[in-house]
Amino acid sequence: MNLHEYQARDLLRRQGIPVPPGEVATTPAEARTIAERFGGKVVIKAQVHAGGRGKAGGVKLAKTTAEAEAHAKAIIGMTIKGLTVQKVLVAPAAEIASESYVGIIVDRTSQRPVLMVSPAGGIDIEEVAAKTPEKIHRLAVDPRYGLLAHQALALGFALYKDVKQARAAADIMQKLYAAVYAVGASLAEINPLVTTADGAVQALDAKIAVDDNELERHPDIAALRDLTAEAPEEVAAREAGLTFIKLEGSVGCCVNGAGLAMATMDLVKYYGGEPANFLDIGGSSNPQKVVAALRIITSDARVQVILFNIFGGITRCDDVANGIVQATREFTLKVPIVIRLTGTNEALGVEILRKAGFSALTDMDESVKQAVAKLKGRTA
Amino acid sequence: MSTFIDKSTRLVVQGITGRDGSFHAKQMIEYGTQVVAGVTPGKGGQQFESSVPIFNTVAEAVAATRANTSVIYVPAAVAASAIFEAADAGIRLIVCITEGIPVLDMTRVLPFVRERGVRLIGPNCPGLISPDQSKVGIIPGNICKPGKIGVVSRSGTLTYEIIHQLSTHGMGQSTCVGIGGDPLIGTNFIDCLAAFQADAATSAIVMIGEIGGTDEQQAAEFAKREVKKPIVGFIAGQTAPPGRRMGHAGAIISGSSGTAAEKMAAFEKAGISVMKRPADVVPLLKERL
Repeated sequence: MNLHEYQARDLLRRQGIPVPPGEVATTPAEARTIAERFGGKVVIKAQVHAGGRGKAGGVKLAKTTAEAEAHAKAIIGMTIKGLTVQKVLVAPAAEIASESYVGIIVDRTSQRPVLMVSPAGGIDIEEVAAKTPEKIHRLAVDPRYGLLAHQALALGFALYKDVKQARAAADIMQKLYAAVYAVGASLAEINPLVTTADGAVQALDAKIAVDDNELERHPDIAALRDLTAEAPEEVAAREAGLTFIKLEGSVGCCVNGAGLAMATMDLVKYYGGEPANFLDIGGSSNPQKVVAALRIITSDARVQVILFNIFGGITRCDDVANGIVQATREFTLKVPIVIRLTGTNEALGVEILRKAGFSALTDMDESVKQAVAKLKGRTA
Repeated sequence: MSTFIDKSTRLVVQGITGRDGSFHAKQMIEYGTQVVAGVTPGKGGQQFESSVPIFNTVAEAVAATRANTSVIYVPAAVAASAIFEAADAGIRLIVCITEGIPVLDMTRVLPFVRERGVRLIGPNCPGLISPDQSKVGIIPGNICKPGKIGVVSRSGTLTYEIIHQLSTHGMGQSTCVGIGGDPLIGTNFIDCLAAFQADAATSAIVMIGEIGGTDEQQAAEFAKREVKKPIVGFIAGQTAPPGRRMGHAGAIISGSSGTAAEKMAAFEKAGISVMKRPADVVPLLKERL
């Protein structure tokens, strides 16, 4: 789960990291009131889960309160990478002397949280990493001891020559590391970490992604989820315990397991179709999940055929079959359905389907071929 | 011969009285796995299916039954704790089926098991099977046949699909290992390739990867240097949309986008035959054997 910039800033502030002031507005009038409080000269920043906000026109500098209101009016309601902006952050425009980068991510290769810092922060940090990798300093932190003071200070000196600033940066890094474990983040970034005209070190912008698997133990963080910032069918899928990603095609896919789901989509494409979605019903399925999955798939008007590809392991074929039958009692399927069912409790599942008037296939290749053949304008 | 498990494997099931644990414990017993103990705190002293003693702790189970391998079916919130417990109790091979373990939990688990020389497979994996010898996890036994192909996969159900293809065409397996799809896992592709290379009962290897990360690319380089046996590979996710970006840090750390095309190219460069679809596995293996 991604946090908005303003939420990430609040969180870092609570960890004791110096963050310049800033408040959220949902209307241009609110933005104006906040701008007045900050003396008129402010930055208006779109709060949306997408990178490249500045380049999309979602970040604007205002010199007066009237300009702040006008910018807020332009930004609220605009679309950035398919997402509508609902809120803006209004923050005093600061004189910035330098921009650095500080980020922590859990690294698959070293299997540790890795701290990365660079004196060349700002919007082009990825280009810096690609072209001048020597400007990125990395440290794989041993999670048993955490980020040690001397390690943080050495990285502080990689950013600043001044000892006070190096110490301030080191303190921020240790607090950022603590924040990662405190909120269950899989990513925490301060970009840019700035020095102001008077030499203070501050976190100007922050990005935090929380591991979805941590949300149960952090209800306060889970409550920060902004449902208006996400696609409605993805919200419905998550609430049903499914993983769903909407795509552009017409073959609605319902599969157990992410790898098999991706392989199924690949095979749909191989036979000339286009998948309408990625949908993984997960392991340990119960019939209700299948009902929810069918409800989500059939809500997409572009879907012309539904393809089930179930290879039972921890998922039981009878659970899936019961779910399909139950769904057809609750609502009508208006498009053809092709079901491939094999693995754990296969015979039970096939029998449940047969009694309800459905047939099931056992071969993946054959079922995908049949599903693609059922698309409009094709002959079987 | 086989890899990681065989007839001498003595298994303790952590979470044996839960919905998934009890179901799959029965399946493993039916398959012929030596399930010597179960663990559910508070149910110590009871029997599972009137044949398997249940203990409150893994340490008690090990002391009473000489269990050397554990399989974990407990809920995600306590799964890391279950791995710590098994490693502390002297278990040598831990197979964690549970999905949804927080990745930061794994940053603490992995050094703990490594320090004790314990092998962890998973988490979020289907486990492993050496056909007709032992099954630890949830891979359906009826789709496997004994033979000479070693299978290693990041996926769960896609692994079953590939095994099913192999078995229905008369190509049995020495050992099939599902290493799990999480970002932090105990046993990786390279560990399995090395084990299959060393296993006299394995004559060819099937490797099933996915988009994301660089494990497959690293394994391909390892294979080119160290593995003399033929390898056939598959990458799922050729049509997957570009992943949700993980801030800038994800791109900075790997310097790679982890696409299917990138991984398939790495396979080809290392002399690994690349499948276009799961049904290609048998013809490609026949070409290489």
